[in-house]
Amino acid sequence: MRTITKLASAMLLIGSSCAAFGTELNLKLTIPRPDVAEYHRPYLAVWVENQDQSAAAQLAVWYQTDTKKEDGTQWLKDLRQWWRRGGREIQMPVDGVTGATRPAGEYTLSFKNTDKQLATLAPGKYNVVVEAVREVGGRELLRVPFEWPGTRKQTATAQGKSELGAITLNITP
Amino acid sequence: MRTALRAIAATAALLAPFASHAHKMWLLPSATVSTVDQWITVDAAVSNDLFYFNHVPLRLDSLAITAPDGSKVNAENPFTGKYRSVFDVQLKQNGTYKVALVNNGLFASYEENGQRKRWRGNAEKFAKEVPADAKNLEVSESVGRVETFVTAGKPTEGALKSANVGLELVPLTHPNDLYAGEASKFRFLIDGQPAANLEVVVQAGGTRYRNDQEEQKLKTDAKGELAVNWPTPGMYWLETGSEDQKTSLKQAKQRRLSYVATFEVLPQ
Repeated sequence: MRTITKLASAMLLIGSSCAAFGTELNLKLTIPRPDVAEYHRPYLAVWVENQDQSAAAQLAVWYQTDTKKEDGTQWLKDLRQWWRRGGREIQMPVDGVTGATRPAGEYTLSFKNTDKQLATLAPGKYNVVVEAVREVGGRELLRVPFEWPGTRKQTATAQGKSELGAITLNITP
Repeated sequence: MRTALRAIAATAALLAPFASHAHKMWLLPSATVSTVDQWITVDAAVSNDLFYFNHVPLRLDSLAITAPDGSKVNAENPFTGKYRSVFDVQLKQNGTYKVALVNNGLFASYEENGQRKRWRGNAEKFAKEVPADAKNLEVSESVGRVETFVTAGKPTEGALKSANVGLELVPLTHPNDLYAGEASKFRFLIDGQPAANLEVVVQAGGTRYRNDQEEQKLKTDAKGELAVNWPTPGMYWLETGSEDQKTSLKQAKQRRLSYVATFEVLPQ
């Protein structure tokens, strides 16, 4: 009996890791171009949030990285939810996560379960959070739920009003 | 005679609120959430309204700035004007800084050659400067703190250790991790021991632009603890005080303890 239980749980383990194999997280996000006289590209952070709002994984942080300009890390705190939920503990830059600010447009971020950003993400329920803040502009935060790795294809969307356009999350097992 | 009495009564009434409840002392930092190597500038003033400098400046003589590693930091560009003092601090270390004005003093009044004399100083000076045979001698002691907290990067605890002297606040919720709509817990100590049944007042800034003072009147429990709810984001002033007979000089009958802190409450 004991052997059978062991065998069964071993098979389950193999089964679940098989299901997770090749799981992919795709996030499409839009940065709108407001009609303003003084425009600066927004700071933007994308992360995976646990149910208690603590950070589970960092996916992207776009900030002013130009070394010829003023030190851009001093304004990272303005991504205030991201800052509270782990941003203030991260030594910038982070390979594969941080990068320069981007102009208005549509972007797709793709991560496989084998990528280092998601490799340690335990099975469970999460949100993807996108926060954007713009100099002399506003701030906006959107979150969409998902289950990792899940058993079938998942899609979740949210619509921004000011600093973010539509975001679409796709999880493909 | 009646007129004279009325005049005295009127004067007393005018003075009473200030005599029984002093003006508010406060420090106001330009930012509480920052990053390493950035500067903050701090206002220090005494006023009735929060946080407007319209009465007298707070003196900077007893300024003590503690860095995250526990070392002392000097204020830069200190200035005392008509209504406020100002100083700058560069946050050279990652972590939480405590900015405090710590006032420990003795106050004496006595008669000499028929004249009323006032004196202030410390125990050592008292022996030298106040005549041993001073008539009608009255001595009191005062221990007070006015504090605020600022963090570069990740909040740390190193600068928050209590000195176990006088009335102090021990943050159970980090003082730079306060958010509107979330309760924050603090413990109060007197000489390092929990201060139970302490009356604490919490008030949001911006009093000029509203009708009511909107004071929250709270009381510590048996462990010296209380929870504060912040209804809206902004700068908040917290004050508490107490009195006892634990003086450092036998001639002093009474010790007044006071504690003030300014907190920034952040939006969600």
